[in-house]
Amino acid sequence: MKRYSTFAIAREALRHHTGWERAWRKATPKKKYDVVIVGAGGHGLATAYYLGKNHGIRNVAILEKGWLGGGNTGRNTTIIRSNYLQDPSAAIYEKARSLYETMSQDLNYNVMFSPRGLLMLAQTHHEVRGYERTAHANALQGVDTQFIGPQKVKELCPIIRLDGPRYPVLGALYQARGGTARHDAVAWGYARACSDMGMDIIQQCEVTGVRSDGGKVRGVSTTLGEIDCDKLGIVVAGHSGVLAEMAGFRLPIESVALQALVSEPIKPAMDVVIMANTVHGYMSQSDKGEMVIGGGTDGYNNYTQRGSFQHIEETVRSLIETFPMLSRLKMLRQWGGIVDVTGDRSPILSKTPLGNCFINCGWGTGGFKAIPGSGWATAEMIAQGEPGPLAAAFGLERFREGRFIDESVAAGVAH
Amino acid sequence: MLILTCPYCGVKAEETELHGGGEAHLTRFGPESSDEAFEGYLFQRENPKGVHFERWRHAQGCGKWFHAARCTVTLEVFGTYSAQTSEPPQNIRDAISAKRPGWTWRSFA
Ligand SMILES: Cc1cc2nc3c(=O)[nH]c(=O)nc-3n(C[C@H](O)[C@H](O)[C@H](O)COP(=O)(O)OP(=O)(O)OC[C@H]3O[C@@H](n4cnc5c(N)ncnc54)[C@H](O)[C@@H]3O)c2cc1C
Ligand SMILES: [Zn+2]
Repeated sequence: MKRYSTFAIAREALRHHTGWERAWRKATPKKKYDVVIVGAGGHGLATAYYLGKNHGIRNVAILEKGWLGGGNTGRNTTIIRSNYLQDPSAAIYEKARSLYETMSQDLNYNVMFSPRGLLMLAQTHHEVRGYERTAHANALQGVDTQFIGPQKVKELCPIIRLDGPRYPVLGALYQARGGTARHDAVAWGYARACSDMGMDIIQQCEVTGVRSDGGKVRGVSTTLGEIDCDKLGIVVAGHSGVLAEMAGFRLPIESVALQALVSEPIKPAMDVVIMANTVHGYMSQSDKGEMVIGGGTDGYNNYTQRGSFQHIEETVRSLIETFPMLSRLKMLRQWGGIVDVTGDRSPILSKTPLGNCFINCGWGTGGFKAIPGSGWATAEMIAQGEPGPLAAAFGLERFREGRFIDESVAAGVAH
Repeated sequence: MLILTCPYCGVKAEETELHGGGEAHLTRFGPESSDEAFEGYLFQRENPKGVHFERWRHAQGCGKWFHAARCTVTLEVFGTYSAQTSEPPQNIRDAISAKRPGWTWRSFA
């Protein structure tokens, strides 16, 4: 792999950009791999990457039914934060956030990580108390956050209106090291690094069945034929229920549509990320100048990657109350992704009832921020056959045992 | 936009008038049941890509609960029916079979 650098850009500029190579090889499936990962989203690719980097397992294929990064990874509003309430969440999300800080150097791929600061607005007294509690929990967890008052919010985000009629801004949970990164670049950067380690990324290859023998996984059936493997990692977000059915077990997950939209590009107006959980509105300004807005989830199971009309209206209506300047903006595009939601709003990183078959799912509306930490933990689990310290609390058995990692009270639905 | 006809008052209601109540026809396991059965009832969910049965409430209308059979991929509605039943009635099953031959959902087909 040729490394990207300032020197490489200069060299290519001088020879009319004829020397760039493909970022990853086009691969055709081999008969057998040590590990097969289903799903080339951020979590699947990161899992493969750390399998190679941390555990030396490189005979790996990543199978993708569409194009890599075309699922939720390429559809999300890219918010990165680690200000969760429960200790296991803080550990894995903070691991992820800290890996984001060095990801561009690690992958030699600019993922445009921008720790611009993130505010979760408190717009009810209930939220004020909730976020004060989270700030205390974060202090104990070693996650740097603080609860700030309305004047400080206004300083950080001058376009905000503090005294909206329904939901005045009463303060915010502020994580100065939170921010955004470029979603496609995260997928592409990991894909390039995986390919460079000799792994096969096979796109347009849908897994249609899971083959097993004596309670252990043998391989998968795909639209490109049979592929054998010693270990299988299922990392397919919204389609987790479909894959689990193929592998013969059930999940505490329902798939729903979550949507987002962007405005026309405008001059820099907001250099922080704002989340308003009471009204289900989330906003940041992209480097192109578009206001990137995330909304709420639909209230019923859905695989349409589209989302209900009224949610766009609800989101925009309530955001306009807090950001009156938005009312003049035209919206450019809207899209949806199918998110996999668990009962306690926490992910599942787990062994499964099928031997040597592992699953990583349930990231729901907020897994982009977790990609590197999740990949790290899932790779460790697959390599060692048992979950390590980051993954241990997120096993499937927590539902039976009543050990929930309840983030729904802390954050409601949140990116 | 999802539109369901309320089987009680007959109103063709669009989704803002309705409230989704999740998976239909659950067996409610209680304190004497096994851990597996209780976990299954509380947490495991059917999450099909295709034919699905759900509970809905005509929240902004007559207020009653009812059942709906629909497709989670196309949002096509096969029919709605009374809440006073523990399995989908034959006419609903036939309506689904007409459009999705060979469908199954839990033990129903
Ligand atoms: C609108 C929206 C906004 C969001 N905003 C944020 C945010 O601001 N911050 C945040 O942290 N998170 C956010 N999220 C959540 C985040 O996008 C996801 O949690 C995360 O991207 C999940 O990554 P993944 O790799 O698990 O799944 P995906 O990226 O969806 O990848 C799964 C892949 O599996 C493939 N697949 C499925 N079935 C098969 C099969 N049978 N065979 C082969 N391949 C298959 C799919 O094609 C897909 O590419 C948002 C999500 C949405 C939809
Ligand atoms: Zn009615």
